[in-house]
Amino acid sequence: MIKVDYAPMPFVVAMEDAMRPDAPAVFESGANVGSPHVNETGNVAAGFESAEASVDAVYTTPVQTHVSLETHGAVASWNGDELTVWCSTQGIFGVRDDLAVHFSLPPENVRVITAYLGGGFGSKFGAGHEVIIAAELARMARAPVKLMLSRAEEHVATGNRPSSRQHVRIGAARDGALTAIELEQHGSGGIGGGSGSAAPYLALYRCANFRTRERNVYINAGPASPMRAPGWPQGCFALELAIDELARKLNLDRLEMRRRNNPSPVRALEFDLGARAFGWDERSRTPKSRGPIRRGVGVASAAWHGIGASGPQAQCVAYRDGRVAVRIGTQDVGTGTRTIIAMVAAEELGLPLRSVTAEIGDTRYLFSLPSGGSMTAPSTTPAVRQAAAHLKGKLMRLAAPALGASPEDLVISDGVVRVRAEPNRAIKFADLCRRIPGDSLAADGEHVPNYGGYSMTQAGCQFAGVEVDIETGIVRVTDFVAVHDAGVIVDPLTARSQVNGGIIMGVGFALFEDRRLDPQTGLMVNPTMDDYKLPGVFDTPEIRAYFVEVANGITNTGVLGMGEAVHVAATAAIGCAVADAIGAPVRDLPLTPDRVLAAIGAV
Amino acid sequence: MKQFAVVAPADLASAARMLAEPNRSALAGGVDLLDLLKLELAAPAELVNLKALGGLDRIESAPGGALRIGPLVTLNQLAASPAVRERHPALADSAAQAATPQVRNLATVGGNLAQRPRCWYFRNPDIVCLKKGGTKCYAVAGLNRYHAILGGGPSFIVHPSNLAPALVAYDAAVTLHGPEGARKIAVGDFFTLPKIDPRRENVLKPGEIITAIEVPAPPARARSAYLEAREKQSFDWPLASAVTVIGLNRADEVAYARIVMGAVAPIPWRAPSAEKVLLGAKLDRALADRAAQAALAGAAPLAHNAYKIPIARAMVRRAILRAGGIPDETA
Repeated sequence: MIKVDYAPMPFVVAMEDAMRPDAPAVFESGANVGSPHVNETGNVAAGFESAEASVDAVYTTPVQTHVSLETHGAVASWNGDELTVWCSTQGIFGVRDDLAVHFSLPPENVRVITAYLGGGFGSKFGAGHEVIIAAELARMARAPVKLMLSRAEEHVATGNRPSSRQHVRIGAARDGALTAIELEQHGSGGIGGGSGSAAPYLALYRCANFRTRERNVYINAGPASPMRAPGWPQGCFALELAIDELARKLNLDRLEMRRRNNPSPVRALEFDLGARAFGWDERSRTPKSRGPIRRGVGVASAAWHGIGASGPQAQCVAYRDGRVAVRIGTQDVGTGTRTIIAMVAAEELGLPLRSVTAEIGDTRYLFSLPSGGSMTAPSTTPAVRQAAAHLKGKLMRLAAPALGASPEDLVISDGVVRVRAEPNRAIKFADLCRRIPGDSLAADGEHVPNYGGYSMTQAGCQFAGVEVDIETGIVRVTDFVAVHDAGVIVDPLTARSQVNGGIIMGVGFALFEDRRLDPQTGLMVNPTMDDYKLPGVFDTPEIRAYFVEVANGITNTGVLGMGEAVHVAATAAIGCAVADAIGAPVRDLPLTPDRVLAAIGAV
Repeated sequence: MKQFAVVAPADLASAARMLAEPNRSALAGGVDLLDLLKLELAAPAELVNLKALGGLDRIESAPGGALRIGPLVTLNQLAASPAVRERHPALADSAAQAATPQVRNLATVGGNLAQRPRCWYFRNPDIVCLKKGGTKCYAVAGLNRYHAILGGGPSFIVHPSNLAPALVAYDAAVTLHGPEGARKIAVGDFFTLPKIDPRRENVLKPGEIITAIEVPAPPARARSAYLEAREKQSFDWPLASAVTVIGLNRADEVAYARIVMGAVAPIPWRAPSAEKVLLGAKLDRALADRAAQAALAGAAPLAHNAYKIPIARAMVRRAILRAGGIPDETA
């Protein structure tokens, strides 16, 4: 029996309260407001002096939570001093290493398995308390222990996207060219930091003079953790709304304003493509209303850098019975990793997809990186392709004597190895596999360092259409056009699915989601998925995705990660569309009816 | 969740006797009950399974259009019933807009009327509020964006039933069977304000079971409408809803009016002053607007829910226009 006595202590759960001098101290030592992280270039004062028009406004975004459908948790089982953990994680090797350290075991004594994963979004790296506790209990109980968090526990303890308060000053010359950007940002990740949102201010548009100051504010709430493009959706929302407000002052078309400050040739193409697909010119100039329903459109820029990194190694194995397996210690966070790995191997081996099995999510396979930062597809596919190429080389050497040719004269496609110059001299892959001495033929591959190539930025843009009922303040997102550079698309179906997911999460951040903490008790009042509102089917817009397949030459596959690029602009595009619809910006997320009605003066 | 047993009563009398014992809950669709069990807001030793009783899952319609609805009729059954759709479309619509198809397939009419409020302080197992025997309603000084703007105090819940406003507007009555026999009361009298007893939302006594909902046929030439405003269009509770039943005389003047709002008060909130605005007048947009103003005239919002007033007003105005056959421009 463990007896715990609790005594209530002074607490603070609102960021603006925590910033007051007399606020309860969140930590025993150290202030509630951290020191600023400053990034400055050029001459901001001179930039504003030369501006024809400027905007000075404050934008806020709430704490959003990851709400993975599968909560954090694990099943832990011991066999002597060997520990096996089935875990909901974005990084099986990180969990393995954390457990090895915690239990003072060599890493090879710990096996972590994540066959399938019910979502991560950045909150599932490493062995969290729940995994350690499950393993500790399993050791004490001498029996397997399962520990999965409840939705309320998940909401309170496993991470979130920090809030932000962004005081933005932005100026532009008469032609729309930005002359200065200044950001004073405060954000709270509860007892954690990492609340900065300045990145998109520096990356999305050209501006010679900028100064960003970011500060963490601590409150008595669960710690932040990385969440799908950390800092970007918040920063993008404030920046893009400010740019719209500036464009209106300059009487410039909002898309044209962006074109004039856009640093990316890829995005320039995407703007044109997206504008045509969306009907921007017509829809932005002729706002339509039907009784109290107002329509609006918005556009926002996206960027990311899902170019991958070295580390992953893969193994490809052909068996005597003709099966081929590709094994890699990655995990499918829900993006289709398992599918695209099999596709890359099958294509390199000239085999139909059905003959290749992808086996992932087990630390017994070769190492791969955690699935975060849009790293998985660009980091794993080059290793898989190289492993498949190495296996192909071995298979060609096996086939050469049978076909009386040298290995370099052989080609394989559609499951048949042929002599290039005499295609009738051929052997079926299945027959070739029967010549494998022993049981199998295996080859490894790795992600060699990126070649360089075109890896400046991964540009994108998204267009949103909304309808706002000005008598109720209720916003409905009607449609989206998303245009993205995703390098080489391996599987269009899973690629489009990522776009859908990124936009739907953006709808949630735009319209509904807000971790609400009660000022009287400090408790979260909406920890269930009933009260923490997420978009449902009728809240999901029609989404059209277009991919600009830039041949970037970064790796042997040219694949880019997409998970974050497709999310950063969605909320901003909706915010801009709502401002267009009602003729006034709503500068605070979520864009709930009370705020919309207040913006139009109805309450 | 605490352990419990599920028991099957042989008949209504034994169900009432079982439920009169302490620490028993009635089980119908189990939708709200399961939530309450998981939060340990209810921890009954036994669930008395009303589905073991026969004959409570039917909709009977009399030739004149009156309905007799069994308490175990599901919301989907109600929404899809041609008899309900024909004469009581606002009731069918209020059922059709609740929750999700999956929930509507399970949720029953009786359960919908007897469900507990959605207030996030009430639902938080770590907070002992007025409704749970505590000393204060945390909504008063707390986060109250979804709370009552009418009829509140000392508790400020809103009643969560989608069906209740329609049943009140159609002058429905509910039959309750208890250990001491049956009684029939108007649905409007079934619900009770927190100033009577903040811990309860209705007049059900221990052991009492809802056994029938009788809905008379609306007056001749009466038309009705149900509208609700939700933040989310999928699976959300209304911010405000309105039911109107409007009958016109031969001179096209309003001769009969019922206006009832949902999600704005601890009970379904009838607005007689708004009905009075309509009676004897010819229906047009200006009249609907005046009635909607009257419906919300007594609203007393808390710190964060004044925005619900214009929303409720819009629902009332649109429901009047829709029942009156005047296009409201949002359809």
